[in-house]
Amino acid sequence: MSDAAVAVAGLRRDFGERTALDGVGFELAAGESLVVLGPNGAGKTTLLRILATLLRPGSGEVHVLGACLPGEAWKARGRIGFLGHEPLLYRDLSGRENLRFQAQLHGLRGERAEARIAALLAAVGMERRAEQRVAELSAGMRQRIAVCRCVLHEPELLLLDEPDSNLDAEGRELARELIGPGEGRTRVLVTHDPERALPDADQVLRLGAGGRVAVA
Amino acid sequence: MTPSRLAFAAILGKDLRAELRTLQSLPAMALFAVTTFVIFRFGLDRTSLSGSLAAGVLWATLLFAAILGINRLFVAEREEGGFDAIRLAPIDRTALFAAKASALLVYLIVLELIVVPVFAVFFLDSATALAPLALVLLLADIGFAATGTLISSMAVNSRARDLLTPLVLLPLVVPLMIAATGATEPLLALGGPGYHRFDTWLAVLGLYDLIFLLVGYAVFDFLVED
Repeated sequence: MSDAAVAVAGLRRDFGERTALDGVGFELAAGESLVVLGPNGAGKTTLLRILATLLRPGSGEVHVLGACLPGEAWKARGRIGFLGHEPLLYRDLSGRENLRFQAQLHGLRGERAEARIAALLAAVGMERRAEQRVAELSAGMRQRIAVCRCVLHEPELLLLDEPDSNLDAEGRELARELIGPGEGRTRVLVTHDPERALPDADQVLRLGAGGRVAVA
Repeated sequence: MTPSRLAFAAILGKDLRAELRTLQSLPAMALFAVTTFVIFRFGLDRTSLSGSLAAGVLWATLLFAAILGINRLFVAEREEGGFDAIRLAPIDRTALFAAKASALLVYLIVLELIVVPVFAVFFLDSATALAPLALVLLLADIGFAATGTLISSMAVNSRARDLLTPLVLLPLVVPLMIAATGATEPLLALGGPGYHRFDTWLAVLGLYDLIFLLVGYAVFDFLVED
């Protein structure tokens, strides 16, 4: 179990009376992509948030990058890139200021941080809008900045929840360079668009109602 | 792990930059305090206050103005996903507590730089008490900052946070208010500042600060986790 980048066994998570995940298990080797499919309310986002150390597992075993969650969550933090439904950007700061803030939290400073931020902004076509407050940007532009935030600290594991949402065709292509498969990236991707995601998938996890594994 | 001082500086800098840009907390706090002084001035129909009444008017006003800022302390983290972004980073969570408490402390100091002179103009015959009063204000502000940050971090996840913050905070700051008014009363006595039991009240304020800073350090990690 410890050799896998992500190893989950018998994972269950309840929210009060409602069961979000029930008996979920899989193993993902480093450099592989797992695509998680399922209808609304199947627990896909809950699974991703548990892997990101943002939610505690109710029961079962969860190992992420060698850290046993939730007790060793601190070992995995900083090595995970998380792109959720919210861009996790402060509306009153500019895109560049947001990325600078994130860089500081991850211990990146000075010229190294500035160079990395500039390169990422250029990669998603946002260098000209980088000084604008996030509140003034469109949803798609925010998502492009969020993609930069997700990979800013060069994470070992990408956890992506509908990463293409709000992105236009150009944005999707640019984002794919940063968060798509390749370069040995380990990815867990939640999507409602299997046609686009499945060709890149090494494994597929289908969640059904109540967070149970429908087809593994 | 990112060194705590870097995380502290990043979060504090972000908060102060956002406040400078949006002015969402400080102007409201200052306007509330000044308006309350005006209401007291006409409500009490007095142009001069001293002793316990002056101390009571000053501290009651500052307390409720502080609550406005405390209520908003974690709103950006809650509404814009900052909690998640910070929790994903390899930082000690106490850096968040220290940065938020420091930001609140800055707000309170700036608030008092604006409104205490207004209080003095409205109610005091001389400004001689203001210098020793600054020490009382600073010690009380540290206590407000520590307690307010703790309560705000708990209340922000509740839909009733505007109600919850004062309901939980007010009982906790009763000792702080007793000590602050106790230290302020002789300073604002009729005929000039006095120092009866001033040291004792300062010691109580310092002890309160120490206790709540330590409580914050000990429990904040649990408050921001799932």
